[in-house]
Amino acid sequence: MRLELIKRGNPSKTFSIFSPFIALLLTFVTGAIMFMLLGKNPITGLYTYFIEPLIDPWTREQILVKATPLILIAVGLAVCFRSSNWNIGAEGQYIIGGMFGAIIPVYFNEWDSPLVLPLVMMMGMIGGALYAYIPAILKSKFGTNEILTSLMLVYVAQQIVDWLVRGPWRNPAGMGFPGTKDFNESAILPSFYEFGDAHYGSVFALIAVILAWFFLSKTIKGFEINIIGETPRAAKFAGFDVKKMTIFAFLISGALAGLAGIAEVSGSVEKLDDKLSLGYGFTAIIVAFLGRLNPLGILAAGLILALTYIGGEGAQISLGISDRATRVFQGLLLFFVLACDTLIHYRFRWVKTVDNISGTKSGEGT
Amino acid sequence: MLSKNKNNNSTKIPLLEVRDLTKVFGTLKANDKINLKIEKGEIHALLGENGAGKSTLVKMLYGSLQPTSGKIFWKAEPVSMLSPFQARATGVGMVFQHFSLFESLTVADNIVLSLGPEYSVEQVARDAEKLSADYGLPLKADSIIGDLSVGERQRVEIVRCLLQNPQLIILDEPTSVLTPQEADNLFVTLKRLRNEGRSILYISHRLDEVQKLCDKATILRNGKWISECIPKKETAASLATMMVGEDIADIKRTNSKSKKQRDVLLSVNDANLEQDNPFAVELKNIHLEIRSGEIVGIAGVAGNGQNELFSLLSGEATTPKNAISIRGKQVGNLDVNERRQLGAAFVPEERLGHGAVPNAALTQNMILTRHQSDKVAFKKYGAIGYIWQEMVTKATKRVCDIMDVRKAGEDPVAGSLSGGNLQKFIMGRELDRQPSVFVVNQPTWGVDAGAAQRIRQTMIDLAKSGSAVLVISQDLDEILEMSDRIVVMHEGTLIEAGPAHSITREHIGLLMGGMGQQTSTTDTANKGATNAS
Repeated sequence: MRLELIKRGNPSKTFSIFSPFIALLLTFVTGAIMFMLLGKNPITGLYTYFIEPLIDPWTREQILVKATPLILIAVGLAVCFRSSNWNIGAEGQYIIGGMFGAIIPVYFNEWDSPLVLPLVMMMGMIGGALYAYIPAILKSKFGTNEILTSLMLVYVAQQIVDWLVRGPWRNPAGMGFPGTKDFNESAILPSFYEFGDAHYGSVFALIAVILAWFFLSKTIKGFEINIIGETPRAAKFAGFDVKKMTIFAFLISGALAGLAGIAEVSGSVEKLDDKLSLGYGFTAIIVAFLGRLNPLGILAAGLILALTYIGGEGAQISLGISDRATRVFQGLLLFFVLACDTLIHYRFRWVKTVDNISGTKSGEGT
Repeated sequence: MLSKNKNNNSTKIPLLEVRDLTKVFGTLKANDKINLKIEKGEIHALLGENGAGKSTLVKMLYGSLQPTSGKIFWKAEPVSMLSPFQARATGVGMVFQHFSLFESLTVADNIVLSLGPEYSVEQVARDAEKLSADYGLPLKADSIIGDLSVGERQRVEIVRCLLQNPQLIILDEPTSVLTPQEADNLFVTLKRLRNEGRSILYISHRLDEVQKLCDKATILRNGKWISECIPKKETAASLATMMVGEDIADIKRTNSKSKKQRDVLLSVNDANLEQDNPFAVELKNIHLEIRSGEIVGIAGVAGNGQNELFSLLSGEATTPKNAISIRGKQVGNLDVNERRQLGAAFVPEERLGHGAVPNAALTQNMILTRHQSDKVAFKKYGAIGYIWQEMVTKATKRVCDIMDVRKAGEDPVAGSLSGGNLQKFIMGRELDRQPSVFVVNQPTWGVDAGAAQRIRQTMIDLAKSGSAVLVISQDLDEILEMSDRIVVMHEGTLIEAGPAHSITREHIGLLMGGMGQQTSTTDTANKGATNAS
């Protein structure tokens, strides 16, 4: 006897739509069991994780702040992943985006003009795109594996920024702490209201989602992205250029990661310091796949992932649960989404390997 | 004489019998209650179209697939073939359609590898050479496989199979890779094996071969057992009807007048193409000219550069500018879309993954090859490239109606269509543009006979309306039926064979085998056969 996965003839449409919600429900159930095993009240635990952050206006804002870079980066990654360009180095592009954007505020700290903010944002996008261009050109010119190059460039980016904020860019009046001078008012991405944390980066994320959705589902370029990822030979027959697409996808994805980086630097921290790299670029990979590489799905997935971050912080404070639990929740969620998808398309079956072996034996006897 | 005695003795106990054998893959019943009875010393044909379930059945007999239900009897005893190893031990040998030989090793090495380490290369080499000489399959044990022709490689497979002294030999479409002359040699060998009292299960969809060679035939259609018959007592037409399940319409064609004065629409002038991978065929000094209203057929055994020629013409591979002209314009350096915009259309051999995207809807596959040539109709808002879905849907519906594409639902994914219907869609997609130059590679490969006839008719109609049509096909009947002029492809070169009406199959066969070399092997093989009898 063995277990086999059998492809279903026509997978249920309804279940396909509800699959992420089923996964969420299963995550709650497993989470509740986990809280019980930790000796905590599961209801309080789940409440702290998933409901409380939604009630308090301050934590709601934090969710938005966290979700913004995740969504921006994941939308770019969707373009990459759909076209089979495995950009794992969004974290690096995010960091370099933040660094590039900081050039104007660092060298022209006094410059006060409405032009500054758009320029800073543009610089961030250019920085991210240029940094993504490195693995792209290596892949299309020399056939280098982009997974390795893009990932390794993350560590290079971290070292560059670390050196800058401790060395040439360090604020002389910063009491020796690594970090640049605070940005001038005109280089800061404003919040929605005074002293608020949620900044206009969220609007960028929303615009990116809508544009990417339109672009991927309604235009010929979006069609090209899907075909190249799925069936390279047919794409060539359609006259699509796989190498140009590699460059294109990395540039888009790098620019969005760079925008996320500079939005974080200019909107939240208001200066470049050594704590920019928080792993958003890696978490965004989960967000992209949870959202099924669909921009609208990514919007929801980014918010949910951000919720687990904030809920995890709350649980750490009020329940004394390690913040590792957040990682567990993220892992559970991804696991259940993938499991649901698999079971929608396949079903299990027990297979008997042999049923007439006795016949052979009697045959040999005679 | 010997064989007749054996036949009489064993009528009560067949060598192999299969009862109600069923194999299910997912939701597909590849074999549905198949029955088969093979007597000792007979050549038994397993006849059916592509996808009828022949390969599935023999894989179960050879132990590489396990049946879902049903029983296999060997000399009236129930057996289960759990692995090819067990099948060989029982007495079943198989020669696959696609050879499993290591190209860099010698004949003897390849045989030893399959027999096991207890055999010495020297011993096997002696046995193999003796056996191959006995059966009129001359082989040198120390030849490197890579240097051998396809026919010789098949001999290696057959000799390897015979060394294990099987009582039942399964041959999966053995002639599909052979020239007509090589096939004739093979038949002589097979008849000898039968006369020794061995049984042969001969898989084919070529009716003339089956009639010439086989004592009995079992016919499968859509995974079901249709009938068992004696092919010599049937006509080709009645066999075809059993195989296909419907009467096949004849192709209507009018005899074309002189085409000398018409314009050359496609010309290839001394084009060369280097290998881009070790499996590709190098193209050498390709010359070709097709005029308006003309159908040129390119015959040849698979793997002689047909796919490379196709990508050369389509622009998937590029050449110097002046090597290829479409409607008088030099296009060697232009890509596939620029050539389409000049009025050319292309249909590749592989439908899924090359001509169409399996997981994309038909409307999306419509855009696949026409997003540039029909950009005015299919796209809006300039650089944004918004897809005008309404127009694409309309064109898709038009193509499906005209070509009678049978599909489930309004706009299913291409992969859900049967081979024939998908091919009709792909052909229709290109013909809908009324191309003036049309290049098709294997237009009816794996397509059922009814759809094949329809597809051929559309190409003939296209040529009649003044287009130039190039048909690359392994199916010699198709080439002979459709073409005005026939060109043979052999080892990356083109050989002009002449106008279709004045050419014999034998002549094409010789050209397909690379003339000079072919005649010598025929001689030796015939000599072997004469000695044997």
